Amino acid sequence: MTSLSRDDVAKLAGLARIEMSDEELVSLSNEFTVILDAVARVQEVAGADVVATSHPLPLRNVFRPDVVIPSLSPAEALSGAPAQEEQRFRVPQILGEE
Amino acid sequence: MSLTYEEVVAKYEPVLGLEVHVELNTNSKMFCGCSTIFGAEPNTQTCPVCLALPGALPTVNERAIESTIKIGLALNCSIAPFSRFARKNYFYPDMPKNFQISQYDEPICVNGYVDVEIETDEGPKVFRIEVERVHMEEDTGKSLHVGGATGRIHGAEYSLLDYNRAGIPLVEIVTKIVPGTGKYAPEVAKAYVAELRDILRSLGVSDVKMEQGSLRCDANVSLRLIGSDVLGTRSETKNVNSLRSVERAIRGEMIRHAERLNSGERVKQETRHFQEDTGLTRSGRSKEQAEDYRYFPEPDLVPVAPDAAWIEQLRAALPERPSIHRKRLQEQWAVPDKEMSAMINADVLDVVEATVALGADPAKARSWWLGEISRIANERDVAIKDLSISATDVAEIVALVNAGELTDKLARQVVEGVIAGEGRPSAIIAARGIKVVNDDSALMAAIERACAGQPETAQKVRDGHLPAAGALIGMVMKDTKGQADAAKVRALLLAHLGQSEG
Amino acid sequence: MIRNSASEMASKLASGEVTSVALTQAHLDQISAVDKDVHAFLHVDTEGALSQAAAVDAKRKSGEKLSRLAGVPLALKDVMTQKGIPTTCGSKILEGWRPPYDSTVVTNLKKNGIVILGKTNMDEFAMGSSTENSAYGPTHNPWDLTRIPGGSGGGSAAALAAFEAPLAIGTDTGGSIRQPAAVTGTVGVKPTYGGVSRYGLVAFSSSLDQAGPCARTVLDAALLHEAIAGYDPKDSTSINAPVPAVVVAAKAGNVKGMKIGVVKELNGDGYQKGVRTRFEESLELLAAAGAEIVEVSAPNFEYALAAYYLIAPSECSSNLARFDAMRYGLRVGDNDGASAESVMNLTREVGFGREVKRRIILGTYALSSGYYDAYYGSAQKVRTLITQDFNKAFEKADVLVSPTCPTTAFKIGEKTNDPLAMYLNDIATIPVNMAGIGGMSLPSGVAGEDGLPVGFQIMSPVMKDDRMYSVGASLEAALLSKWGAPLLSTIPALAGSK
Ligand SMILES: [Zn+2]
Repeated sequence: MTSLSRDDVAKLAGLARIEMSDEELVSLSNEFTVILDAVARVQEVAGADVVATSHPLPLRNVFRPDVVIPSLSPAEALSGAPAQEEQRFRVPQILGEE
Repeated sequence: MSLTYEEVVAKYEPVLGLEVHVELNTNSKMFCGCSTIFGAEPNTQTCPVCLALPGALPTVNERAIESTIKIGLALNCSIAPFSRFARKNYFYPDMPKNFQISQYDEPICVNGYVDVEIETDEGPKVFRIEVERVHMEEDTGKSLHVGGATGRIHGAEYSLLDYNRAGIPLVEIVTKIVPGTGKYAPEVAKAYVAELRDILRSLGVSDVKMEQGSLRCDANVSLRLIGSDVLGTRSETKNVNSLRSVERAIRGEMIRHAERLNSGERVKQETRHFQEDTGLTRSGRSKEQAEDYRYFPEPDLVPVAPDAAWIEQLRAALPERPSIHRKRLQEQWAVPDKEMSAMINADVLDVVEATVALGADPAKARSWWLGEISRIANERDVAIKDLSISATDVAEIVALVNAGELTDKLARQVVEGVIAGEGRPSAIIAARGIKVVNDDSALMAAIERACAGQPETAQKVRDGHLPAAGALIGMVMKDTKGQADAAKVRALLLAHLGQSEG
Repeated sequence: MIRNSASEMASKLASGEVTSVALTQAHLDQISAVDKDVHAFLHVDTEGALSQAAAVDAKRKSGEKLSRLAGVPLALKDVMTQKGIPTTCGSKILEGWRPPYDSTVVTNLKKNGIVILGKTNMDEFAMGSSTENSAYGPTHNPWDLTRIPGGSGGGSAAALAAFEAPLAIGTDTGGSIRQPAAVTGTVGVKPTYGGVSRYGLVAFSSSLDQAGPCARTVLDAALLHEAIAGYDPKDSTSINAPVPAVVVAAKAGNVKGMKIGVVKELNGDGYQKGVRTRFEESLELLAAAGAEIVEVSAPNFEYALAAYYLIAPSECSSNLARFDAMRYGLRVGDNDGASAESVMNLTREVGFGREVKRRIILGTYALSSGYYDAYYGSAQKVRTLITQDFNKAFEKADVLVSPTCPTTAFKIGEKTNDPLAMYLNDIATIPVNMAGIGGMSLPSGVAGEDGLPVGFQIMSPVMKDDRMYSVGASLEAALLSKWGAPLLSTIPALAGSK
C-alpha cells in the first residue's frame, strides 16, 4: 500500500506552488492513500517488454517554416495583465536569483 | 590562506565541464512565428504561444532543427534517429509556461568532440574536448528590477517583465567531464569556447555575440588531488560573457576551491555568478537540494526523426572547420603568423578572403582591410563590418590600381568616398573626377614608380637639368617592357616634373 | 422553432422562412426563460450573437453562397478561447480574462457563419463528471433539476436538452462530451484525436483532449463535425488528411453488412439494470437493420481508469502551471513586500478548486523523480496495451459498442465526497481517449427504473469516424420509428420554457 504523509503532500504542494492549510494537507494525504492504491494497479501489467505510448498518434517531424508572422500588439499582449508599467508586465519582487 | 595559481596546480588537478548556450539566428522563435530581432520595444514580439496564454500550442521551427543538426555534425556528433522534446517543470516568472520546452533523455545530437590547440611549455598541443550532447530548448524573457538599492534582484520592490526574448531558440552544447588539462585548464576552456564560436559562425547559425548574450557559457569546475580518481564537488559559474572571462572565471574558481580544500572546508555544490569587474565569482542559488524538474515528453509536439538523406545533405554542405580553413589560407597566402593573428583579431579574415576570391592579390587585400579601412573604423569607433564598404569595392579598387588607373593616393580617396556612402568606386571616380582621364594612366604609373625609385635624379630634372631625364625614361621603358612610346614618355615625364622642352 | 434540429433550422434559414436574427433571438429568449434554473451558461453574448446573425442574414440577402449551418446558433464550452469574450474554464483563477485571440474551432465556426450565443458551464478546467466542480455553481440536468448533467461539459449538453441551443461544442478528455450527452439524452461525438484542432482549447491533458460536436441528432453532429474539423498547422498533433465523410455517413445511416463488436468488459457488473436493458435493445435494432453483432474482448481496459488518473493529472500539473498571477487572471496577496513566489502560492490556493488541486498534486507526485517509472511510465505502458486491445478488436469488428456510462444521472451532491466513485463514471469512455480513436454517444431511451436517459456508445478506429456516424444514424432512425418521436420530446417542461 502506498501512502503520502502530510509532509509529503506539503512538499508536493510546494513544488506545485499551491499554498495549503494544515487541514487540507491532512485530508489530501488521507485521500491519496485510497487514490494511489487504485492507480498503482497500472504496475500489474506494465512489464519491461511493453513500450510506453506518450502520444496516441504515430506522427513524426511536424515542423513549420522559419517565417515571421505578426505578433500581438503590446496592448493585446498586456490586456490581461494584473498590473503593468512601461509596456511590461509588473510582478511582485522575484526572490532567489537565477 | 591565499594560494598562487602555481601552488594550486602543483597539488590539484582541475576537472572541467562546460555548458554553452547559443541563441540561433532564426527569423522567428523556436515555437511561434514572433520575430527574434534584438533590441525591439518591450513586448512587441510576443503572441499567445510565447506568452503562454491559455490554449496556445507550440509548433517547431524547421530551421532551428536544421541548425541544431548542423551544429551536431560540425561537432562530430551522432544525430539521433529519434529524439523528443520534454518539459522541464519549474516556476519562474520570466518563463511564461512555468516549464521550459527542452530535451531530456532523448537529445538530437550525442557523442561528439572538438579538438583545440594551445601553446604549452612543450610547444603546441591538441586537447580533445568530448561533447556529451547538443540539444534544443527555448530562452526565457527578461526581467527588469525596480526599486532596489543595487538593481540586483534582492531588495527590489517589484519587477517588470518583457517577453520578447521568451521562446528564442537556444541550443545547449554540453561537454563530458574534461580531465587531464592540468594547469592549462583555463586556456583550454577559453580555446574551446573560441573554437565553438568560430565553428558556429562559419555555420551561419548564430550571431555568437557573447556581449549580447547570444553565446553564453556556464563553467563547471571541480578539483581533485593529483593522482586521485575521485571527482571533487563542483561549482557551476554562470554569467561568463567573454572569452577572457572564461579563462579568468576558471582560474579564479580553481584557486577558490583549493583554498577551501586546503583549509579543510567543503566545496559547496552551488551556482556562482561571475563578476566582470573583480574577476571573482559570488555565491548564487545553492544546489544542495536539487530541483525536481519532473521531466516528461512534451505532449504538444511530436518526435523529431530526421531522415538519413537530410542529415547527409546537411553534412555534405558543412563548411571547412574554421581552424583548418585558417591554416589553409595562411599557407596559400604565405602570411606570417603575426599578420594572420592581426587579421583574426581585427575580425577581417572573412572579408579579406572574399576580396581575394574576387581577384585581388592577397597582400593588397590584406593591406587595405588592415590598413586604411581599419584606420577609418578606429577613427569612427565602429566595427569594420559596419562600414559601408564591401569586398567587391576593395577588389575593384585593387584592380584599378593594378591597371594603373589609380595611384595609391587616389585609391585612398576612393575608399573614403565609398565609406562616405558616395557609391561604388567607379561612380566616385567619375563624380569626383579622380579618374586619370587620358589613356596613358599605365604610363603615368610607371613614371611615378621611376621617379620614386630615383628621387635624386627626379629632383635634378625638376631643378631644370633635363639630360638627367634619360635615366628615368630608360627605367620606364624597361618597366613597360619597351612597349611605350619613348617620345610620349619623355613628354609626360617632363610635364610630371614641371618642365617642358626647350 | 427552437425544438427543431439544427439541419431543419438550416433549411428554414436557406429557404428564407426564418432569419438568423429571429432564430438567435428565440434562443436568447429561451436562455432568459430557463437558464436561471438550468445554469448552462456562464456568459451570454447577446449583442455579439445578434450582430453575427445580422451579418449572416445580410450575406444571405445579397445572394452570397453560405455554408450549410450559416445562421444557426451554437453554445461554446467555456474552455475554448473566443477573442474578447470571457473565458474562465469554470475557474476563479481566470475570472474576467478575455482572450486576445480566437481558437481554431471558433475561427472555423465564424467561417461557417455559425452564431455563437455564449459560453457554457463546465467542471473547472474540464476536471469532473458532473459540472459540480465549476467555480460558478453547478449546472442542472433539464430532465430533473436535482440531478447532474454530466461533466465536464454539462453546460453544453444541458443547453441542448433545454432547447437553449441546437448545437454546442464540447471537449472530451475522458468522456466529457459523451457522458453528458448520455445523461441528458443528447448526441455527443469525440472525433479521432487530431481530427479537430486543439489550438485555443485550454489544455487539461494534452495527449487526451479532443474537441467535438454536441447536438440533438446524429446528422446535426455530423454537420458540426465537418464544420470544425480539419488540419491546422497551429496544432502539431493535428492530422494532415481529409476529414472523414461523416455527413455522407450520417445521411445514409447504413449498417448492412457491418460488424459491430460488443466489448465484453464494458458491460455487466456495475452497470445499472435499465442501462443494460436499453443497450441490449439497441443491439437488436442494429441486428435487425442488417448489422452483424459479434463479441470482442479487451482485457486491459480494466486498467484504463487507473492509467487515466495518472496521465491526465500528470499532464495537467504541467499545463496548469501557467496560471501563476503574473501575466493574466487572478492575483492574490500582492501586498507591499510580497514576493512573486508567495503571490503565486496564494493565488493558486484561492484560484483553484479542490478537485483541480487534488489532480495537480497527484500529477506532481506521479512525475517526480523516483516515482516516474512506477506511475507515469507504467500508465503509458498501459496505454500501449489498451491500444493493442483496440487494434485486435477492430480486426474482428468495424466498430465497437458499449453503454456510454454505467448509470443514469445521479443526484447533485451525491458523489462529491467520494472521488473514486466519481471517477467510475468514466470507466467506459476513457479507453477511447487512451487510444485516440473516435467515440460517439447517442440516446437509446430511458431507464425503466428512473425514467432518465441512457446513452449508447459507438467507437470507431482512428480516422474512420464516418463509421460511428453510419451506425449512430441507423440506430437513431430505428429508435425514432419505434418511439414515434425524438426522446427529447418527452423531457419534462421547464418553467417558462417556450
Ligand atoms: Zn510568439
